[in-house]
Amino acid sequence: MTDLVRLSRKARLWIIAAPFFWLGIFFLLPFGIVLKISFSEALLAVPPYTEILSQAADGWHLQATLANYRFLFTDNLYVLAFLNSLKIAAISTFICLCIAYPVALGAARASPRTRNLLLLLIVLPSWTSFLIRVYAWVGILGTNGHLNQLLLSLGLINSPLVILRTDLAIYIGIVYTYLPFMVLPLYASLSRLDWRLVEAAADLGARPWRCLVNIVLPLSRPGIVAGCLLVFIPATGEFVIPELLGGPDTLMLGKLIWQEFFSNRDWPLAAAVSMLLLILLLAPIAVYARAQGPGTGAVAATALRPGDRGGAP
Amino acid sequence: MSRRWLTRLPLIAGLVFLYLPMLVLVIYSFNDSRLVTVWAGFSTRWYAELLRDRQLMDAVVLSLSVGTLAATAATLLGTLAAMALTRCGRFRGRGLLGAMIAAPLVMPEIITGLSLLLLFVAMGQWLGWPAQRGSVTIWIAHVSFCTAYATVVVAARLSVLDTRIEEAAMDLGATPRRVFFSITLPMIAPALVAAWLLAFTLSLDDLVIASFVSGPGASTLPIVVFSSVRLGVSPKINALASLMILLVTIGALTAWWWAGRSRRRQ
Repeated sequence: MTDLVRLSRKARLWIIAAPFFWLGIFFLLPFGIVLKISFSEALLAVPPYTEILSQAADGWHLQATLANYRFLFTDNLYVLAFLNSLKIAAISTFICLCIAYPVALGAARASPRTRNLLLLLIVLPSWTSFLIRVYAWVGILGTNGHLNQLLLSLGLINSPLVILRTDLAIYIGIVYTYLPFMVLPLYASLSRLDWRLVEAAADLGARPWRCLVNIVLPLSRPGIVAGCLLVFIPATGEFVIPELLGGPDTLMLGKLIWQEFFSNRDWPLAAAVSMLLLILLLAPIAVYARAQGPGTGAVAATALRPGDRGGAP
Repeated sequence: MSRRWLTRLPLIAGLVFLYLPMLVLVIYSFNDSRLVTVWAGFSTRWYAELLRDRQLMDAVVLSLSVGTLAATAATLLGTLAAMALTRCGRFRGRGLLGAMIAAPLVMPEIITGLSLLLLFVAMGQWLGWPAQRGSVTIWIAHVSFCTAYATVVVAARLSVLDTRIEEAAMDLGATPRRVFFSITLPMIAPALVAAWLLAFTLSLDDLVIASFVSGPGASTLPIVVFSSVRLGVSPKINALASLMILLVTIGALTAWWWAGRSRRRQ
């Protein structure tokens, strides 16, 4: 079945070589450079880091340092940022799952005609700007925001709630912006589920709750895993949401990399934090890549097309 | 009856959660007051001010042109990569190519942005190019991460195509080039359109990567919006957001209608 199109050798070479070279130079090589710079020292110069390899009269000199990594593991701030990123990503992933599951279930049980429309409605927000969706919450959650005004005018609270610039706002932001990424893989596996199994169980006297826990949940596991990873991985390195909705003392890795890079101009340290974030996410990324099989992330991208069922057929 | 509502209610609640914030945003873009959250009567003044804002309009033009060029290049490269993965059989490095396609889809943007910037700085040192970062470096960065998405969309279509049609054409004596251009290409055309649109929206939406690889004088729309939003809410941004939501809604509904029509025709 392989090599169906018997391409001429030259054409085949070009087809493979072109994307290979582009991605090799602009995706793979950069990681090598980040790794290299993470072992160098910060310097007040252009560019602001020391060269690891230098040539002197008596040959090449290797001057690498582990100082950046040692600093990351000994400085409280960075350890806390690591733990906090993981905590915030994990909790928001869980909340996302709790909200998305009933939504996906509702969409999968709808009639085939309304299903496509529902799917479009769920995907549509993710086609509009990410920044705009986060920004919408700045106006809602602020001290003089819409939520506080509503609650005050209803007499439910006496003084405005402080939500913006707290961790709660970050959770709301992540759940809101990543919800479609959770719903789609869930929907993909729920709509393929053989519902006759549930009917059979119900006929045999199983209660709806029991059917859900013993049949529907286990059978939709691939969707749950894919959805959780699609939310957890990007949320761990999230920058925009903690920057716009979180407080100044909220520590998250994405924000930290940005600060080290742009404010402190400590490029080697920013590179080291990036490498650690990458190592941290390597396991979930590998699980995700394996779960998606050779189709590589097909759920993520194809699901973004309107009218598509989401995921491979 | 009550069972039906049990599955419908969470769905409706979820959709309200998704749409209410945007609805509020759109409504308050017509607010006359400078204070975004206090209603002071209907007005379209912020839309007029938006069009007069040179910095914002320049950013729109830059974003649209980078997006168009990046989406085109990414669709081209993505089609080649998809052909390599689905039509070229086994070759050395196939696994690596697959990994380079899969990884950008889930890579945190901040790492991609930082790594590309460090590459451009190193290239500037070794090769003397790029001497300065700007629209070209943003374009390169966008092509790189959009290619991954374009590849997935096109490969998904290529892998469900009936390859017997291609084989039949080849058995009848068509050259591989002819087969590609008169059989494969027309059949994957919808996927190419979808890939281009996806790449275009991703490029238009990107803030983090563009912030790293842009230079002085090259600010894309998200960069300008972000620097304004950082200072708090502004009615002008509400107006801009409403226009974007309107455009996306029209585009998506058209695509949905078009997809539905072509499905009925088949």
